[in-house]
Amino acid sequence: MSDLAWINAAITSARPQAVGALLRYFRNLDTAEEAFQDACLRALKNWPANGPPRDPAAWLIMVGRNAGIDGTRKRKREEALPDEDRISDTDDVETPLAERLDNADYRDDILRLLFVCCHPDLPDTQQIALALRIVSGLSVAQIARLFLVGDAAMEQRITRAKARIAAHGAQFATPTAIERAERLAAVATMLYLVFTEGYSAANAAEGQARAPLCDEAIRLTRLLLALFPSEPEIMGLLALMLLQHSRSAARFDAAGALILLDDQDRTRWDRRAIAEGLALIDKAIRHRRPGAYQVQAAIAALHARAATPADTDWQQIALLYATLERLQPSPIVTLNRAVAVSKVDGPAAALDLIAPLAGPLDNYFYFHGLKGMLQRDLGRDGDARQSFNRAIALAKSPAEAAHIRMHLDKLAS
Amino acid sequence: MLYAILCYNTENTVFSWSQEHEQKVMDDLRAVQDRHLTAGKLGPVARLMPTTAATTLRKGDTPLVLDGPFAETREQLLGFYIFDAAGLEEALDFARELGAVNPGGAYEIRPLHLFHPGTLAAPATAS
Repeated sequence: MSDLAWINAAITSARPQAVGALLRYFRNLDTAEEAFQDACLRALKNWPANGPPRDPAAWLIMVGRNAGIDGTRKRKREEALPDEDRISDTDDVETPLAERLDNADYRDDILRLLFVCCHPDLPDTQQIALALRIVSGLSVAQIARLFLVGDAAMEQRITRAKARIAAHGAQFATPTAIERAERLAAVATMLYLVFTEGYSAANAAEGQARAPLCDEAIRLTRLLLALFPSEPEIMGLLALMLLQHSRSAARFDAAGALILLDDQDRTRWDRRAIAEGLALIDKAIRHRRPGAYQVQAAIAALHARAATPADTDWQQIALLYATLERLQPSPIVTLNRAVAVSKVDGPAAALDLIAPLAGPLDNYFYFHGLKGMLQRDLGRDGDARQSFNRAIALAKSPAEAAHIRMHLDKLAS
Repeated sequence: MLYAILCYNTENTVFSWSQEHEQKVMDDLRAVQDRHLTAGKLGPVARLMPTTAATTLRKGDTPLVLDGPFAETREQLLGFYIFDAAGLEEALDFARELGAVNPGGAYEIRPLHLFHPGTLAAPATAS
């Protein structure tokens, strides 16, 4: 790797810890970000000449602190900045100091930094944009591209989100165990939002443009798990992301349309991501504290383990969806359970299961698609045709519509 | 003399490599290994999963299972096993068995991403 590539990689991986520590120190997000920017500029000058510091995060925290203090002073008295070398050429002195300052706290620093992005008043998209800006350090233009919107619109969205969290202020006292668990849960939800934002692309071009969202969500979840190594739900979340992401190369056809799970070329699934996901589920299960992410990961693992769709252990998947229904009741979960039930107990049982969903899911494409297929399997072609037509009307993409039309065309007329 | 060569790097960086960079590094490494494989000089090559997949068994009267990698700096790496298990529980059982006859210290259990058995036939100097 070239100097610049190495420095960029070191700065990216140090960023959450460094900005988190600077936020605790300055208690102001803008000041913390400016101080970090300053430290990065100094790193770009200093590191190629003096070699990389032993602990880049500690270096950036210390230099950022000095820069932030200088910035505050400068604004007060218009005093010149001290000589560059005096601040940044003292790695041996500052590293142990920064470690002493921060090692006890940096776990909570990073959690706090992620948590400020999860403010319940912020809509999902703003939480994601804010996390990518503050925690991951992506530029506004990069984030705008990921969300397929203009730079100005994204700039405005992030500014507004920042103003909102600034009005509320972050909590700087060391969190209690209960507060920490609540923050972890909120952060996990936000990280999964980042992931699904990248994963829910409707076609290959969009999928490619948004893939960095999945990578970033995985990177941050890995970081979170390294900080909180005994949290089974964080293990489950990382496993879930890895198992879903393992299919990314097989999810789109040559024309760029989405391929359904059953029709994917399973030899193109990423075996390495699958193996890591399975290892994490193994670890999580030992804790005997089931949670929604663990159960979803276990379902994804059963799909990953099946060499062909026919090998899928639907019995086990149906049981896991029943568990998920208890942990996190929702019509969508019931609908997914119905798919598994149809494979185990047949279409009639599945149709009974989804009958109560007709109200809440009346405007949901997949509900009518599944209902149509179950009716078709029972030989009720007239009903099936009606359901398929309703599904096509609700389809959000040409691929979804085409898929249902194919089933419709196969019905005897 | 047989030598073990243990690989260290910053995992944050390595596991953030792009697929192309990753592929290139692995291909380059494989090219170096191949020469020595042909000569019958290279034994097993393994790549570990990230430390987030690690579990540690702290040995003792009641062995303690801890999530995460082995973090003590007072103890040193003294050896390793490669064990084929159906899952973490079986690997832990094997580690507990080993620990029962050799108390003290810890075993860090790390699943592998990659394993090549190599071409080395155990030479007399190893035993």
